[in-house]
Amino acid sequence: MSEASPRFYLTEEHHPENGTLLGFWLYLMSDCLVFACLFAMYAVLGRSYAGGPTGAELFDLPLVAVNTALLLLSSITYGFAMLEMQAAGAGSARLGGTLAWLVVTGLFGAGFIGIELHEFAHLIHEGAGPQRSAFLSSFFTLVGTHGLHVTFGLVWLVTLLVQLSRHGLIPENRRRLLCLSMFWHFLDVVWIGVFTFVYLMGVLP
Amino acid sequence: MSEHVVPDGGAAHGSRKSYVTGFVLSVVLTAIPFWLVLGKVLERPGATGAVLLGLAAVQIVVHMVYFLHMNAKSEGGWTLLALIFTVVLVVIALSGSLWVMYHLNENMMPSSMPDMRQMP
Repeated sequence: MSEASPRFYLTEEHHPENGTLLGFWLYLMSDCLVFACLFAMYAVLGRSYAGGPTGAELFDLPLVAVNTALLLLSSITYGFAMLEMQAAGAGSARLGGTLAWLVVTGLFGAGFIGIELHEFAHLIHEGAGPQRSAFLSSFFTLVGTHGLHVTFGLVWLVTLLVQLSRHGLIPENRRRLLCLSMFWHFLDVVWIGVFTFVYLMGVLP
Repeated sequence: MSEHVVPDGGAAHGSRKSYVTGFVLSVVLTAIPFWLVLGKVLERPGATGAVLLGLAAVQIVVHMVYFLHMNAKSEGGWTLLALIFTVVLVVIALSGSLWVMYHLNENMMPSSMPDMRQMP
């Protein structure tokens, strides 16, 4: 009777130590597909001006350069926050460096969103809103979706600042910080596509 | 820089050196496209566009390696596999959309309508 107990062969199967990071990476890849669709839409409609203003007339490239610099700086300051977290060691109370770099990252991100909102407001004020032409519809959808992602990244960042100051560098918070770092760097990667394909190539004749 | 080993699931980490290297490369790879367009360096817009796309592709790889710490070993190679799959899908979606919509636009031109009428 007792020798009939079932034997499981899969109990020893190897799982990656931290499945969350792989899962989050898969989310980022699916987000990548969302942006691919929006880029494809802009590629198809980006020159359909409907007699309205063109990219060469609308885009303020020095402002875009400032925005690009802000996002790139926020990427490396987030990297420094991760280095501080690494250096602090497991279960350490050394929080200051990580928090400081995260705050700097958040300020750069907020600056980026501020400039983008200013740009959008300026375009709409000039009558170049999303309803003006297919070009502007696809422009606002693509750049706006990226901006929305950055905005949610900022919300997440502030949430983690609160979590960190309450609980410190516990394993859960380390995992969350790693996920947000992937999200943040991913948004910078998408922005490379935006400033190259939308802004710089948009002003070429 | 000594490499610390922190038990957090074997996630890939960068060092200060790798972050700074990635940052410097990104600055250069961002400055060149803006200089090309703002300074109107190249005569033909097609050539400028091709160079811009090439530089963007290089910069994306730089970000993947130095900021996102992509390598063939992280998570047993599954992140790289997912990335390759995504890249294939992105290429199909982008090139397919452009190809189909370009021909659709060509064939829907008013000038080609009389020809269409004579077709069986």
